[in-house]
Amino acid sequence: MVRVFFSAGLRSLTGGATDIEVEAGTVKRLLAELDARYPGMAERLSEGTAVAINGEIINDALYEPIPDGAEVHFLEALKGG
Amino acid sequence: MTIADDPATTAPGYKWVGTRPIRPDGFEKVTGRARFGADLMLAGMLEGSVLRSPHAHARITSIDTTKAASIPGVKAIITGADFPEPAGNPTDQDMCRNAIARDKVLYEGHVVAAVAATSKRVANQALAAIEVTYEVLPHVMTVDEAMAPGAVLLHDNMITKGVDPAPTEPSNVASRVVYQRGELDKGFADADVVVERTFTTKPVHQGYIEPHAAVADTTPDGRSTVWCSSQGHFAMRAYSAKVLGWDPSRLKVIPAEIGGGFGGKTTIYLEPLAVRLSQKAGRPVRLVMGRDEVFKATGPASASKVKIKMGANKAGEITAAELWMAYEAGAYPGSAIGAGSMTALAPYNIPHFIIEGFDVVVNKPRVYSYRAPGAPQSAFAVESVVDELAHKLGIDPIDFRLKNAVEEGMQAPYGPKYQKIGFRETLEAIKNHPHYTAPLGPNQGRGVAAGFWFNAGMNSSAVVHVNEDGNVTVVTGSPDIGGSRASMALMAAEEFGIDYDRVRPLVADTEQVGFNDVTGGSRVTLATGAAVVEACRKVIADLRGRAAKTWDVPVEQVEWVDGQAQHVDGSQPPLSLAAIAKGWARTGGPISAAASLNARGVGAGFSTQIVDVEVDPDTGHTQVVRYTTAQDAGRAIHPSYVEGQLQGGVVQGIGWALNEEYVYRADGTMDNPSFLDYRIPVASDLPMIDAVIVEVPNPGHPYGVRGVGEVGIVPPLAAVANAVAAATGQRFTDLPLSPPRVLDGILNGTDAN
Repeated sequence: MVRVFFSAGLRSLTGGATDIEVEAGTVKRLLAELDARYPGMAERLSEGTAVAINGEIINDALYEPIPDGAEVHFLEALKGG
Repeated sequence: MTIADDPATTAPGYKWVGTRPIRPDGFEKVTGRARFGADLMLAGMLEGSVLRSPHAHARITSIDTTKAASIPGVKAIITGADFPEPAGNPTDQDMCRNAIARDKVLYEGHVVAAVAATSKRVANQALAAIEVTYEVLPHVMTVDEAMAPGAVLLHDNMITKGVDPAPTEPSNVASRVVYQRGELDKGFADADVVVERTFTTKPVHQGYIEPHAAVADTTPDGRSTVWCSSQGHFAMRAYSAKVLGWDPSRLKVIPAEIGGGFGGKTTIYLEPLAVRLSQKAGRPVRLVMGRDEVFKATGPASASKVKIKMGANKAGEITAAELWMAYEAGAYPGSAIGAGSMTALAPYNIPHFIIEGFDVVVNKPRVYSYRAPGAPQSAFAVESVVDELAHKLGIDPIDFRLKNAVEEGMQAPYGPKYQKIGFRETLEAIKNHPHYTAPLGPNQGRGVAAGFWFNAGMNSSAVVHVNEDGNVTVVTGSPDIGGSRASMALMAAEEFGIDYDRVRPLVADTEQVGFNDVTGGSRVTLATGAAVVEACRKVIADLRGRAAKTWDVPVEQVEWVDGQAQHVDGSQPPLSLAAIAKGWARTGGPISAAASLNARGVGAGFSTQIVDVEVDPDTGHTQVVRYTTAQDAGRAIHPSYVEGQLQGGVVQGIGWALNEEYVYRADGTMDNPSFLDYRIPVASDLPMIDAVIVEVPNPGHPYGVRGVGEVGIVPPLAAVANAVAAATGQRFTDLPLSPPRVLDGILNGTDAN
């Protein structure tokens, strides 16, 4: 199981839930699981979104494995200067 | 000066990492041999000029190029009609329209047409002969104007994202972001002191000395070679291809040396125009911006408005914070409001907060990245208020920050938990620095501030070749802005155990090495460095195999030590890199390896800074008299170039704080598009910036590297403002702190008091 946290901007889709536990071995599977529970979530997170797994921020993370017990956050993808 | 968090673990006996050799590109640069964007000359090359909108907002009703085309020497003219209809996602489409206007111009300087001719004089003559008729429209120049009810719209169909339910009417607000924790009311109820203020900053430019320049040579086979100064030639290829409607592989982009970028050269301006002009003319074309074009038409950093309320208890704990932030995006959506919101409170562990941010379009050039994009503006507000809270509570400002500082394992305001970070170490480095307790003179004040930046990883490729003489060539695709050739060579020398001078680092074009993302996000030493280290290790594994083959022993019996293969029991004479290279034909052929990666293990950066200023009470002029910055570099591969990054960030932040601003006339045109009237700090304005490198190694990188290029610009705005507040007794909340503004505050008080 991994624990997924939702920023304030995503909570309109989760009915106010701030975090949930789900079974997901990769980011792709996690997105599918979240979209099944919260329709529209996958589209919301499809572009311009990075994923933080146990504190490490990863761009283009669709196929990234998620270890069991990990904490996952979705963030706005960042630009540097 | 370098401070390591634990000398026992951070002095692992490197021979090259941490030393300060001369940069490999130094000779070419100091002798004028290095070729920058505008230096290239090709046989038959034409000179180009760009026609730009004189209006802040207007509809183009017609463009007639007939007269211009008839001028002898004019070889090509292009307008928006010479490019395909913008395609792709909304950001791509905006980029296409920003490259050259179609039906509307959205800011003074927006490209309308371009000409290629046999000389610059003829090209400019042709520009003057192009007849454009405009229907001038009302304009909005600030977030207040753009967000006001009934404001004129830049984009008729822009619906604010991030609002639920979605608005039914368009507006100039492109998006809204929210970050939230805890219960705000409870947090403020727990506070003994509350400070509430509104802060503003003006647009500021990256101020790179080298203007944008591009040369394109488009050939009849439908391909084009582009030479340009940029922070990433692979990005220039990809973006130009989108504007042209081409596959990227039709373009070959060769990186020129770059005279400064700071984020501003991570996007295209001239490149697709040069390609299309060259295609129409059948000859190479060079386009070079003047400084006024750089100011008017390339992306500055956002102007900002930040309303902040923050509370703390008598124990010195910040209990709550509330921020409302609006950033100017310029003509198209895309300010760094997200990063500004996420970084605003990042240094502090605050139980209750809400941050609400808005990305707002205005009739100014589309903003673009500038060192830690978005972070300086919000840090100006937060660090000013943190300073004021500390003073109101009678707590030393560093101690106040230490009391609230985030540490490894704490949850960042933007969500995830921090990994290994060195914020506390930078605070302690400043507190323990002699500067912190040095006496101040008359009219002088001291300010401190802190800052955070994520840093980035992203995609990098590298190739490592062993030459037949045993020297090594390291090829990457990351333009060298701050000394990265030296860093790559140092890491390769360390890996191979050979002298630095035996490593030759190169920056190759888009067809000679695998993809590399831009030199931005403070990522190159970390990410491209990791690719170089990985490629070196592959080569070393190969070298061990060749030694094993030579000695007819299992490879497990071969070690690589100090630049040579050694048998574990010493039963064979060592084989040097040169000796293995000399015999490579007998052991498997030439020796090389490549590595490509999407980098992991990014380490976040923190900086704490202290500044003394002296304010002339008669003129309002502020002189920086002493400045010290302490920044966590993880590990400084080349300390001199790390110090350069620390100092450069500070200097640009001082400019932001004291002098720099776009000044606009009532008609929405810029009044100060030159370095005479847009005043950046120069060496004679400033004292030596004392750079203290703090080393809390990043466990995610083979040498512990953290990005260092950006976070240094985050604290200076507030540090300087806090020092001016200490010197004058007035809290200034609007930047820049130019003499008229400061004098007015001294004489009449500021609204903030």
